Amino acid sequence: MSELSPVTVEIKGISKQFVLRHTRSIKEALIWFLKGRKGDLSARFHALRDVSLDIRQGETVALLGFNGSGKSTLLKHISGVMTPDEGTVRTRGRVAGLIEVGAGFHPDLSGRDNVYLNAAILGMSEAQIKERFDSIVEFAEIGEFIDTEVRFYSSGMYLRLAFSVAVHSDPEVFLVDEILAVGDEPFQKKCLEKIQELVDAGQTLVVVSHDLDLVQRVCSRGILLEHGRVLKDGPSHDVVEFLRSRTKG
Amino acid sequence: MTSLLDTPLVRPGIGQGLKDVFRRRYLLKLLVRKEIKLRYRGSVLGVIWSYVKPAIQFVVFYIAMGVFLGLNKNVGNYAVYLFSGIVLINFFTEALNNAAKSIVYNSGLIKKIFLPRELFPVASVFVSAAHFFPQLVVLLIGCLLTGWQPTPLGILAGFAGFLVLAMLSVGLGLFFSSVNVYFRDSENFVEMMLMVATWVSPVMYQWGMVHERLGDFWFGVYQSNPVTVGVELFHYAFWSSTAGGDAALAAPPQLFELWLPVALVVSAAVLALGQFTFRKLEVKFAQEL
Ligand SMILES: Nc1ncnc2c1ncn2[C@@H]1O[C@H](COP(=O)(O)OP(=O)(O)OP(=O)(O)O)[C@@H](O)[C@H]1O
Ligand SMILES: [Mg+2]
Repeated sequence: MSELSPVTVEIKGISKQFVLRHTRSIKEALIWFLKGRKGDLSARFHALRDVSLDIRQGETVALLGFNGSGKSTLLKHISGVMTPDEGTVRTRGRVAGLIEVGAGFHPDLSGRDNVYLNAAILGMSEAQIKERFDSIVEFAEIGEFIDTEVRFYSSGMYLRLAFSVAVHSDPEVFLVDEILAVGDEPFQKKCLEKIQELVDAGQTLVVVSHDLDLVQRVCSRGILLEHGRVLKDGPSHDVVEFLRSRTKG
Repeated sequence: MTSLLDTPLVRPGIGQGLKDVFRRRYLLKLLVRKEIKLRYRGSVLGVIWSYVKPAIQFVVFYIAMGVFLGLNKNVGNYAVYLFSGIVLINFFTEALNNAAKSIVYNSGLIKKIFLPRELFPVASVFVSAAHFFPQLVVLLIGCLLTGWQPTPLGILAGFAGFLVLAMLSVGLGLFFSSVNVYFRDSENFVEMMLMVATWVSPVMYQWGMVHERLGDFWFGVYQSNPVTVGVELFHYAFWSSTAGGDAALAAPPQLFELWLPVALVVSAAVLALGQFTFRKLEVKFAQEL
């Protein structure tokens, strides 16, 4: 992407620590307090450590790394679900996406109710939802199941509807955390086309995926995380090659 | 493409508290509707439960307090007296109980998608208001059957009583729902507090009995509880004109001049404290849940 495109995600030196053991009752906390607050209540570790990066409009970025390397945590910082202990995250425009399939879905509601609820959660207005409803259902190819309770959906159908809603919410920055895995081949293809269309229209895309071939196809830039640090940041091809060579070696 | 440059870079996840709830009121509406839809799903009697429960409660208290303890004879139209207090306390109890649990209950969503988290306790209060409404209708029918004469001041008192308790539920709901993320004990604490609430307000007995035994100072303390004032306002609104002779006892002195403003100030302070605590704690909701 051109250097002149505006920065949509700006991450400056963020770190995030998590506690490993939680206190869950007042009793435990009180005992710790009465003992003179000796020792830390729980062990800590860094899930993100001094991460800095800029993402520009229209970029397609893949976050790569092994399980537990901090990819989802980084996405949550971009979406605002979490806030960093140090450093700052700033975003431009609306940020939305799919952190997990059907996070905003309620199994006991019908597909229709869920579309409305989820779309509103992602920040669409009532008028926008009404206008795009048919298009959402059509894209998901749910057809007559739209008035069935969602708990009777197959996981693929779940994904279709969730993805369709998210894609129609039309945010400036679109986040996707490994969800394409559940869809069947034709639907995956359709999603990728849709994503490409959005990117061409100037949307920024940040995906997490373990499917390296897919990453190479969809994303132009790759960022490799390891133990919460950025290990490599460059063209997705190079980063994927690097990751593959490390796995072998 | 350049138009995006006009939007500023902002820090995600920093909300504006209750103001955001107003901004996202369509989402609030959908959340409230969802709760109401799901509440009685799979139960045979469905919504009828929201009538059965207060009805049973009413009958039990009426027999125990009215018939056995003789309040029936001392308080004119004791049935309406009792029921008008019960519906308000029920609203408060349900609202606060559910609000206090709302953040933990919705953790799945809060951990994954950013949205103004104040929505959840506020939605709980709205759901309870929706359940309060049919009970109010039953109360009004009872009032009309026993010679109720609505006055402008009476109607104002009804609205004011409801407003005080709604503000209090939102404020306490914000406070306890956010603390509940860190200490699950807070749920139990709320339940205990609400158990006491029915008895430290003149729902079953009359305020005069408290005044008689405690004297002016402690009665003042008793009166600074907004729940007490709310119940007294409801008595004024729905019961006093049906009571017959003892109208002088209907409302405590200075209910409108002094105690209503006090209740509003206390509730507003609780609301501010709740919002303050919530905003301090919400930063770490996603990782603690
Ligand atoms: N709320 C939390 N509290 C404590 N530890 C957490 C929390 N969330 C994540 N972690 C830890 O932070 C580390 C990074 O987690 P994260 O979910 O970001 O990994 P990931 O790169 O997405 O992994 P995966 O490929 O398995 O999805 C993990 O060790 C995880 O256990
Ligand atoms: Mg992950």
